[in-house]
Amino acid sequence: MRRALAMLLPLTLALVACQREERDTRPQSALGSGEQPTPVTTLEPGGQRPSPTDNKAASFEANAFHMSEGKRLFGWFNCSGCHANGGGGMGPALMDEKWIYGSSMESIHATIRDGRPNGMPSFGQKIPDDQIWELAAFVRALGGNAPSSAAPQRNDDMMVHPSENRLPDAATLGKSP
Amino acid sequence: MKGMLHPAPARVDAGHGARALATENSFRTGILSVMLLACGLFLSGASEPASAAAIAPPAAAAPPDDGQWTMPAKNYASTRFSELSEINEGNVKNLQVAFTFSTGVNKGQEAAPLVVGNNMYIVTPFPNIVYALDLSRPGAPMKWKYEPNPEPAAQGVACCDVVNRGAAFANGRIFFNTLDGHTIALDANTGKPIWNTHIGNINIGETITMAPLVVKGKVLVGNSGGEMGVRGWVKALDAGDGHVVWTAYGTGPDKDVLIGPDFKPHYDMDRGTDLGVTTWPPEAWKIGGGNMWGWISYDPELNLIFHGTGNPGPWNPDLRPGDNKWTSGIFARDADTGAAKWFYQWSPHDLHDYDGINEQILLDMTWQGKPRRVLVRPERNGYLYILDRTTGEVLSATAYGPVNSSKGVDLKTGRLIANPDKRTGTGKVVRDICPTASGLKDWQPSAFSPRTGLLYIPHNNLCMDEEGVEVNYIAGTPYVGMNVRMIPGPGGNRGAFTAWDVSAAKPAWVLKENFPVWSGTVVTAGDVVFYGTMEGWFKAVSARTGDLLWQFKTSSGIIGQPITYRGPDGHQYVAILSGVGGWAGAIVSGDLDPRDATAALGFVNAMKDLKNATTAGGTLYVFRLP
Repeated sequence: MRRALAMLLPLTLALVACQREERDTRPQSALGSGEQPTPVTTLEPGGQRPSPTDNKAASFEANAFHMSEGKRLFGWFNCSGCHANGGGGMGPALMDEKWIYGSSMESIHATIRDGRPNGMPSFGQKIPDDQIWELAAFVRALGGNAPSSAAPQRNDDMMVHPSENRLPDAATLGKSP
Repeated sequence: MKGMLHPAPARVDAGHGARALATENSFRTGILSVMLLACGLFLSGASEPASAAAIAPPAAAAPPDDGQWTMPAKNYASTRFSELSEINEGNVKNLQVAFTFSTGVNKGQEAAPLVVGNNMYIVTPFPNIVYALDLSRPGAPMKWKYEPNPEPAAQGVACCDVVNRGAAFANGRIFFNTLDGHTIALDANTGKPIWNTHIGNINIGETITMAPLVVKGKVLVGNSGGEMGVRGWVKALDAGDGHVVWTAYGTGPDKDVLIGPDFKPHYDMDRGTDLGVTTWPPEAWKIGGGNMWGWISYDPELNLIFHGTGNPGPWNPDLRPGDNKWTSGIFARDADTGAAKWFYQWSPHDLHDYDGINEQILLDMTWQGKPRRVLVRPERNGYLYILDRTTGEVLSATAYGPVNSSKGVDLKTGRLIANPDKRTGTGKVVRDICPTASGLKDWQPSAFSPRTGLLYIPHNNLCMDEEGVEVNYIAGTPYVGMNVRMIPGPGGNRGAFTAWDVSAAKPAWVLKENFPVWSGTVVTAGDVVFYGTMEGWFKAVSARTGDLLWQFKTSSGIIGQPITYRGPDGHQYVAILSGVGGWAGAIVSGDLDPRDATAALGFVNAMKDLKNATTAGGTLYVFRLP
């Protein structure tokens, strides 16, 4: 039984490895998606209609590569200067459940691209569009809105103890085998 | 709860004699300065033993009390001492609410109310509304309000909540600053704007949070933005029409800093040509900070103003080798021209965001047997400095709380001795640095009583871990390059209220507080000291012993500056704005997430439980005896 399991494991790993996520190595356009209506409210006189979606949103959302790129850009473009590592500071927290201007990929993308009136700058002229989508994907992940297997890990160096998955197994702590 | 070094004296009702004097003084304030000097000496000498009388503010900078409160620091010497004594150690326990007023803004209320004649004036945090309340009518109804409608985008470049530290009154006008970089003069009677000068540009990250100071017909204003790569400056605006008379930068060539032939710094390290350029990597001075967002004092006899300079930017010191002049220091300048007379650098090549902008209290005292004109500064880096204010010489520098980021001040060279073990840098995590980036004491101003010789210091007790990271300069966005994570300091109390014996250079008593004491303080001739806590308690303690005499729970945490005044009915009142926020309270006013230890530049980690202790608010409380 044990041997059979040991043989099964590499096989499973190999199968999983085949299902690599798809990655756009050459972004279509550096200039942007053009006009993109993104309501920031769910109140619509005359009844709610389905909100418009952008076909880019789906290809970036929850994509491990794009989210890890988003994490890198989050520091490089000084997003972290205001929003810290998600807890906020000069700007609001991004890791909680409160979304002032909407939580969808499209809303976050529009917030970064066009800015918001109470202090969020407009980065549309500073950051290529695909990188804004990567940032949006990472921002959604900050609040736990992405599969944990794909979302980037937090940085551990400032923490006083390693992250939980790197700590010794609590069940065997203090006991020698 | 407190370490008491002085025996507690029997509580005496010392109020009556001093009160009679204060009333006499109020009759004519504009007489000969010789008379004022004599009067001041008499006041401080009459009621106290000789030892305390040896230290007093210069009479010209601290005229006899007229019962008003026309500038946040009370007077040019910045003593925050009131000669009113109707409320005293014996009866303060009877204080009750006279009236309250909602500012309508639930952000950090750091301002001091002003009282001029029958009116009280309040400036709110962004959107910086100014209210005038009529104290002569029951309930102090609103007389007028002025809404400057600052640019909402300014909120996005204000480093640590959208606070305002108050207005200033002179010649029938109220002067105040807006977050989006305007200085505005209002008619104090009608609230009508007289002039409005735009001096700060939010698109490069400039904001204004400080209270202006009016000296000889000029309104002195400095900018904020040390976390945004903003080059610091102080400007003098003409009080009549608002035009800029002079600008003195905190970095750059000597001509920009207003350094000329009159500049005579006391120490070798501050001598040389264009040090504001040569002590930086090429061009770094242009985005190097040195902002002036704190307090200015003025000595009319020397005709000098004294102001500090903020931290160098970015925080990560690896990115700016050199002494980074003229950041984290103090300037003495000619009050008319702004020309620099001397400079002293508290923290050369600052490693830990130790802004040098705290208040300076001007005092005359005997130092080693000789009378000296001094300036007392409880500094962010943890030392209480006594400087000769005519030369900038450091007479003493004593730690007034836990400090391990440095090992003292070399009194020969004047240089802070940095502790190499606590040196931060790129990719390096350094733990347990005390004090934190917010300092042993931040902006929250202290008060000095000539009756006790004690300086009352509201301050923090925090330590931190730091990790330097790379950072890109993008105009109008943060330029910090440091991850910070703050923790409570030794003892676990995150704040303290220390009464410092200036002549003995040691604490007389210390009160521990759970949260940082982020409020200002005021001390009176009734020997009562008032301050607030971030839970919302407004406290009165004995100026001699620190014994808690009275407390009142306000609706939100207190980070404001208490004042006391004589109302139109002749009785003494005490006023405080309640409303938590500021850097320390940003977790509540900005609704930040405590799961991120680095939120609010690391302050949130030390304030995780503040959301359980208080909520945002913005209410004025005024107290009086029944």
